Amino acid sequence: MTDLKSRILPTVQKPARYVGGEWGQVRKNKEDVAVRVAFCFPDTYEIGMSNVGMRILYGVMNQIPDVWCERVFAPWGDMEQAMRDNGLPLWALESQDPVRDFDMVAFTIGYEMSYSNILNMLRLSGIPLHSGDRQGLQNMVFAGGVCAFNPEPLADFVDFFSLGEGEDITVEILDVYKRAKRENWDKPRFLKEVSKVPGVYVPSFYEHTYAENGVLTAVTPLEGAPEVVTKRIVENLDTAYFPTEMIVPSTEIVHDRANLEVFRGCIRGCRFCQAGFSCRPVRKKSPEVLYDQAVKLMESTGFNETTLSSLSTSDYRGLKELTDKMLPYCEANHISLSVPSLRADNFSRELMEKLQAVRKSGLTFAPEAGTQRLRDVINKNLTEEEILTTCAQAFAGGWNSVKLYFMLGLPTETDEDVLGIAELVYKVIQAWKANAVNKKRGLRVHVATAYFVPKPHTPFQWEKQITPQEYLRRCKLLKEHFYSKSIEYDYHSPDLSRLEAVFARGDRRLGPVIEEAVKMGARLDGWDEYFRYDIWQDAFARCGVNPDFYTVRGYGEDELLPWDMIDVGVTRKFLLRERKRAYGDTVTPDCRHGCAGCGANCLLEEVTCDA
Amino acid sequence: MPRLLFEKTGTAIWMSHLDLMRVFQRAFKRAGLPLTHTKGFNPRPSVSIALPLSVGVESICELLDFDLEGEPIPVEEIRDKLNAALVPGVHVRECYETGRKIRDLSLLRCRVTLEYDIGVPEGAAEAIRALFTRESLTVEKKSKNGTAEQDIIPMIRSLSVEPGERGILLLDGIVCCQNPTLNPAQLHGAIVRYLPEYAPDFCHIRREEIYDTTQTIFR
Repeated sequence: MTDLKSRILPTVQKPARYVGGEWGQVRKNKEDVAVRVAFCFPDTYEIGMSNVGMRILYGVMNQIPDVWCERVFAPWGDMEQAMRDNGLPLWALESQDPVRDFDMVAFTIGYEMSYSNILNMLRLSGIPLHSGDRQGLQNMVFAGGVCAFNPEPLADFVDFFSLGEGEDITVEILDVYKRAKRENWDKPRFLKEVSKVPGVYVPSFYEHTYAENGVLTAVTPLEGAPEVVTKRIVENLDTAYFPTEMIVPSTEIVHDRANLEVFRGCIRGCRFCQAGFSCRPVRKKSPEVLYDQAVKLMESTGFNETTLSSLSTSDYRGLKELTDKMLPYCEANHISLSVPSLRADNFSRELMEKLQAVRKSGLTFAPEAGTQRLRDVINKNLTEEEILTTCAQAFAGGWNSVKLYFMLGLPTETDEDVLGIAELVYKVIQAWKANAVNKKRGLRVHVATAYFVPKPHTPFQWEKQITPQEYLRRCKLLKEHFYSKSIEYDYHSPDLSRLEAVFARGDRRLGPVIEEAVKMGARLDGWDEYFRYDIWQDAFARCGVNPDFYTVRGYGEDELLPWDMIDVGVTRKFLLRERKRAYGDTVTPDCRHGCAGCGANCLLEEVTCDA
Repeated sequence: MPRLLFEKTGTAIWMSHLDLMRVFQRAFKRAGLPLTHTKGFNPRPSVSIALPLSVGVESICELLDFDLEGEPIPVEEIRDKLNAALVPGVHVRECYETGRKIRDLSLLRCRVTLEYDIGVPEGAAEAIRALFTRESLTVEKKSKNGTAEQDIIPMIRSLSVEPGERGILLLDGIVCCQNPTLNPAQLHGAIVRYLPEYAPDFCHIRREEIYDTTQTIFR
């Protein structure tokens, strides 16, 4: 007789994402390992399998002989329903064993709106949500990823956080856990020991005190926990662990290709960008090592597409050398090489033409703001001239579509800045009229605006978010000023970005809100099919939490911030200085034109910042 | 063009037809067997699979045509190299230098397993046997343009209904698989529609063999 799971599979969409069995998955004998880790990505298989961090850490953990790390993803709604109807608990792909049988349950969190998925996945696993309700070492829940840089909204649920890059710290954490299991420690003893690993933050060791007006007034470390936890980084990327064998999905995922990270950190300093500050200092990988790893990876996986990734790939010093080496290999082996996030400089234009020989991709700019003044405020040093020159060349070369991304609600933004977007778009259309080789095919300008979300560890971490009503007014104002039929304008709904703003700068009082929302059915919030704002509004009301406290209120410069005990390298002094410069419309040149003194170089001992 | 005879079983049955194409393209690459590519704006590796298999259906008789760059390689070597590079559940049984024209492929032997959780209801085998000896039997067929009614009797060459292990009835049929096509799932569909009291709790389908019009094994 066919088992229950196999009877459910034909009834759900894309069943291949639930069965494992892909090329490159790691199988071990569970009797032979000391620790089993269920590595959970709080979104669907297609999203999670596209995440390069997860692939690296899967390799890091599985190269330890007595550790077996398996993958777990959030089920799509149809599968979740079938699991609930049939009492089937969430399972890991490799062994198909229930997650609740695992020693450790790890989450990687890159997006605030996946918090509901974390709780929902624990619920589907039958694991108690609250850290305090999980006794013993079994099902130790820990988490890392960019969102761990303000982990407070998840403090009730996650036993400990692993901050920063995971290549080394994960191994150290597993060592402590192995010892704990061998020596039969209780959970408090394990948490105390693991909190001594640099980069580990145990939220239950910190007591939060609030003033009557709701502002956080004190964070008190208990149990001898450190006052500040500093994120971990890998100093030398050339010698750091990198998997040259990877899982090759048997079904389609979002980014179905080999991903090569050329450097970490960013020299740009766009003042709204969390990654740009929290991933510093800059460390590069050498073109030789990258080429070698690329070839090994392509041969072991059979991928026919590879991409060079980083926060700003044009800033990679070895880009010419690397692409010169890779292009002939890629062409000979029918592999398409893509280089996203190129800047609009001359070399990049040449490179784009070379890449076109393999495949023609789209032309996309993210000026973020419509006027030079506001671009100076946010320190996005992309000029109108650069955009128009690149567009003109591209139109002359036969391109006929361009995407332009902006944000609304940036600090100091006025209606003039909003209308500046319309003017810039108009100039792009003029550039097409003047340069297009084939006007019959028409032009498509896709414009999208997002609702600005202030993020921790950026110079804008104190800023107010504008109200959703004001955001929609600005969208409408902009829309009224688009006259051409070539323009397609999309604006993000403010609901999701408002919640993102709440959780990005949230504190522990949001734990009950997330729990309440999940109980009422919130999950897969990043998906239009499932996002339900009304559930979240109800949850805030029931828990007596006002979202405005975290969004339109703004944070005082002298206020204690919920993430102040986490050190990502850049100093508060630097962030404050950058904020003042923003208000003075003053740009800060990129790090190659003089070190701005962000402080992140203090994380380095063996090498110097490569900015 | 060389041809593979392969199986799709186990967890691999959940891959779609397009998934399987991609899985093979990558397996050829890993095996160090470079596929030729189609000419044109978007070059694609030249692999084609004869009769797309529905998701969830098992098969031990799938055909895949492909074309390699460079000097010819012994077929045994291609088979072995591919098997070392393929995912669990996809397994190459044979590789041939060339095969017959796909348009001559006509019949399919399939096994339909009907599972009854509390045992096969009394009289089910007889009733199902009788059902498929009717003059005509219209069943819904899903297509791209919605659903249509189709008489499946003319497309059934032979069909036996035998009890299997506990709670199981096995249908063993030879049906048309190309011009016209009977999807073996329609056999199950007919039971659900006309004999709801004998509808099984679960139905599993497996392709067993393929033939030309004269019921000679097709390769």
